[in-house]
Amino acid sequence: MIFSLVNISLIIGILLVLAGIWAAITQKNIIKIIIGFSLFDTGIHIIMVALGYVKNNTAPILDSENLRTGTADKIVDPIPQALVLTAIVIGLGVTALMLVYALKMYREKKSLNINSFKDLKW
Amino acid sequence: MILRNSLLFLLLIAFAAIIISLFSTNYSEAEQLGIVAKHYAENAKAEVGAPNLVSAVVVTYRGLDTLGEVVILFLTAAIIGFMLKSKHSVNNSDKRIKGSEILETAANALVPIIILFGSYIFINGHLSPGGGFQGGAVIASAFVLLVMAKANAKLSHKIISFTESVSGFSFVIIGVLGIILAAGFLDNTFLPLGKYGSIISAGAIPIIYIFIGLKVGSELTSIVNNLKESQNIEI
Repeated sequence: MIFSLVNISLIIGILLVLAGIWAAITQKNIIKIIIGFSLFDTGIHIIMVALGYVKNNTAPILDSENLRTGTADKIVDPIPQALVLTAIVIGLGVTALMLVYALKMYREKKSLNINSFKDLKW
Repeated sequence: MILRNSLLFLLLIAFAAIIISLFSTNYSEAEQLGIVAKHYAENAKAEVGAPNLVSAVVVTYRGLDTLGEVVILFLTAAIIGFMLKSKHSVNNSDKRIKGSEILETAANALVPIIILFGSYIFINGHLSPGGGFQGGAVIASAFVLLVMAKANAKLSHKIISFTESVSGFSFVIIGVLGIILAAGFLDNTFLPLGKYGSIISAGAIPIIYIFIGLKVGSELTSIVNNLKESQNIEI
């Protein structure tokens, strides 16, 4: 069986999502958990962009005369790309926020191991 | 522990196998656009006037989402600033390691060029790949370089927060102008659409993108600045 580009992107995206889940639930180090969330994010972005692909079509930027007539048959879906565009920036902000939380937690207990934070556990 | 981890690993492998077989190998590309995307592709030229359809969707058709996204970014920057706020502002810059000669010279040469490139990206956001978010991120990277190269460089919090609040406020004002002068919130047609494909065209999209670029750039810069200033505090 020959995989097309979209199938390869989908498989890579799913593997990244699974690697992210695995890191987030098995790792003890808070920084590694944050890396897991970041991978999860990236995997979702790849899946979303891949799902917006339309066979043999080009990017939704109408910079040549050829693209300006009968546009709908020549471009890929612009909506997932727009969503991912904003999601990347949100992901960056949320990753920075998680890292700052990790910094605060480290200053509190001098440890990055998730097992040493039992304050809210009962 | 090893047993638990390996069980988990097997579970994830099974999960992956199920999803991949369901989803990827049988999945083939769509042959044509969906209804909404088709509407955007056919009508964006007349309605919005921006050659970059992604920009048309981000700024006009789904402008409210973008506003919400900018608010989320603002909240993360504000929370980071709040959490890293130092009660006693320590000024022990002598402890900091000086940047190397190469880094400093490169920073002097590159920072203006990177800022110019970022501005180019967001000013041309409605014509070519790019836009406010990408341009803002590029501008913030110039300040990261500056902060890394010059140990004693202090970025003014006042200027950063002034730029941020003015551009955020102007973004909302332009949205409200769309209600008053055109069809609805963030409608870009209250300014003339202009010649399709030229730099002054597409109504309010370039103006909105300039404000988004400034806002994203100043927010990311403030995050980096806060992180950098907190690193000297005794832990």
